[in-house]
Amino acid sequence: MSEYNFDYLDELEAEAIHILREVAGQFEKPALLFSGGKDSITLVRLAEKAFRPGKFPFPLVHIDTGHNFEETIQYRDEMVSRIGEKLIIGSVQQSIDEGKVIEQTGKNASRNALQTVTLLDTILEHKFDACIGGARRDEEKARAKERIFSVRDEFGQWDPKRQRPELWNIYNGKIHKGENVRVFPISNWTELDVWNYIRRENIALPSIYFAHQRDCITRNGQLMAASPFLNMDDEDVVTNKKVRFRTVGDMSCTAAVESDADLIDDIIQEISESKISERGARLDDKVSEAAMEDRKKGGYF
Amino acid sequence: MNILKFFTAGSVDDGKSTLIGRLLYDTDSILADQLEALQNSNRKNDDGTIDLAILTDGLRAEREQGITIDVAYKYFQTAKRKFIIADTPGHIQYTRNMVTGASTANLAIILVDARNGVVEQTIRHSYLVSLLGIKHVVVAVNKMDMMDYSETVFNSIKDKYKALAQNLNLIDVNYIPVSALKGDNIVQNSERMDWYKGESLLHFLEQVDTDNLDKSQLARMPVQWVIRPQTDELHDYRGYAGRVLSGTFNLNDKITVLPSGASSTVEKIEFFDQTLDAAHAGQSVIIHLKDDVDISRGDTIVNASALPQETKLIEADLCWMDGRALDTSIMYLIQHNSKTTKCKISEILHKVDINTLEKHPADEFKLNDIGRVIVKTADALAFDLYDDNRANGSAILIDSRTNLTVGALMFRASVE
Repeated sequence: MSEYNFDYLDELEAEAIHILREVAGQFEKPALLFSGGKDSITLVRLAEKAFRPGKFPFPLVHIDTGHNFEETIQYRDEMVSRIGEKLIIGSVQQSIDEGKVIEQTGKNASRNALQTVTLLDTILEHKFDACIGGARRDEEKARAKERIFSVRDEFGQWDPKRQRPELWNIYNGKIHKGENVRVFPISNWTELDVWNYIRRENIALPSIYFAHQRDCITRNGQLMAASPFLNMDDEDVVTNKKVRFRTVGDMSCTAAVESDADLIDDIIQEISESKISERGARLDDKVSEAAMEDRKKGGYF
Repeated sequence: MNILKFFTAGSVDDGKSTLIGRLLYDTDSILADQLEALQNSNRKNDDGTIDLAILTDGLRAEREQGITIDVAYKYFQTAKRKFIIADTPGHIQYTRNMVTGASTANLAIILVDARNGVVEQTIRHSYLVSLLGIKHVVVAVNKMDMMDYSETVFNSIKDKYKALAQNLNLIDVNYIPVSALKGDNIVQNSERMDWYKGESLLHFLEQVDTDNLDKSQLARMPVQWVIRPQTDELHDYRGYAGRVLSGTFNLNDKITVLPSGASSTVEKIEFFDQTLDAAHAGQSVIIHLKDDVDISRGDTIVNASALPQETKLIEADLCWMDGRALDTSIMYLIQHNSKTTKCKISEILHKVDINTLEKHPADEFKLNDIGRVIVKTADALAFDLYDDNRANGSAILIDSRTNLTVGALMFRASVE
């Protein structure tokens, strides 16, 4: 028998590829939810490893809040043209224009909550029966309990008390009409695993992940990018700082961290030493101790 | 660096969540904002220190009731290893959750309260470990601080457990006296138990070799997906995508495809942009065969010189996981790797009282019941016995009325 070195990143990668192929095998109309963040970029690489030289058996779906970082959209479009796969865009602006959701007002207004409606509408319109997402169990305590195949009812709701047992590496994708499954192939990865994988695979990322100069204001103790999407008033003082983003969501809810890390090695070093967890930079989790659990029950990613 | 997946068996009263919290806390795996949330919480230990158990109680209902309902997965790593913990509830009404958590683990930590010793729950948890085929066990005798760190107490529990381990055929059992609350022998060796010459829990977990007992040499790959680009330059390309369950496939190996029985030879093994000489257990690859055989999802490629069993009648251990009891008159679906077929539970051989390990004849199977049954499948399954090859010896039952996963099956024998 030949010797082979199968380290933890190889094992995580092989597990994720297995899960992606189970999605292909078990569902009629799957989709890959692509946010432009590092986790969904990692999913795209894993899908290439699962299905090349064939095409992906699913399109990419981006729920566009209209408040994205410009760099993310640019990255998305370049990537889609490079890999030659189909992209479907669900627009939160369109949901607002159609009166399906109402834009929040006030100082902490964000489109983060609104995107759930757009996501559910997009799923319905295209009849998606499985949506692959980049969520990880290390992000948050409610996520720590979610299955890799997580069934949602026709209202998109997650019921933590009625989760199916998930044994060995056998994934039950059987659903009733109208239900869909959210699938999380990188459930067992940590933030550091994702970064180490991106480094090993030499995967390009949107530039906002790396340190750059940016006009910022301080909101609720967090550093936010000054942008037209943030409701600012006279109390907000704009300062130019060297920052980077640890997660990529809306401009109105994703906080920056001050950083000099402009290379991936520096970022990995910074995360290894960091004392603030990744979702700590998300205002959307700050509402209450059960914030994520509540949003997931409502159909959030 | 590799990954160790382990699960913890014990209840809140044994200090299980505290133990996990302690491992996370002492390996610096708790970040500042999580710690802040912890300190802001109202739950504190009697001496005012933070209650580390809160770290693992994820759902609102669990925080309210102070119990662990579901399986929570936790992650930490040291310079030597990455760890995945399946934190499962210990009460008997959550047996199915424990079975779920144990199904993917290579090692089990069984918590024993030093004040109570080996109790009914210890027997139950150890039985589940043995049922699920976990080869490595750590018996963590906890709350040693409440028994004056007594060596005599520890040794008497150890002796009692040894008899149980032998009875259950647990092979590699290790005993560590700890206090999760005070941190004794969790990460650092405790000065308060200088009579204990073994390793601390974390040090043990970093070193233990879980590959040595688990490696089946039987080469098996269930086909998940057939890759056929059908483009001009690749119009003859036909690759079988799957994850090698066990054993190794080398180039030019003679293989058999089941259930058809067709034989061929491994022509090429691909992994994305690489061409490999061999595909090993755990790897997700694409295999090409020399001959044009009809293969689709649900088929299994196996080494021609070590064929699996193939029958429609299988004796198996069953753990029932649904609130609706087993109905022997209806058809269920059985999912075995990438294959799904109809089945019936044609006979219940016995049920096990998991507190006493006694076997009883039974005609019903309810939530959390465990016992031996005969499964009759519509299509033959190509399987190995669970003890020989865990990955190819397990399956789930699905109720097609509800689509829920209602049972876990571990194959024990073919019925002739």
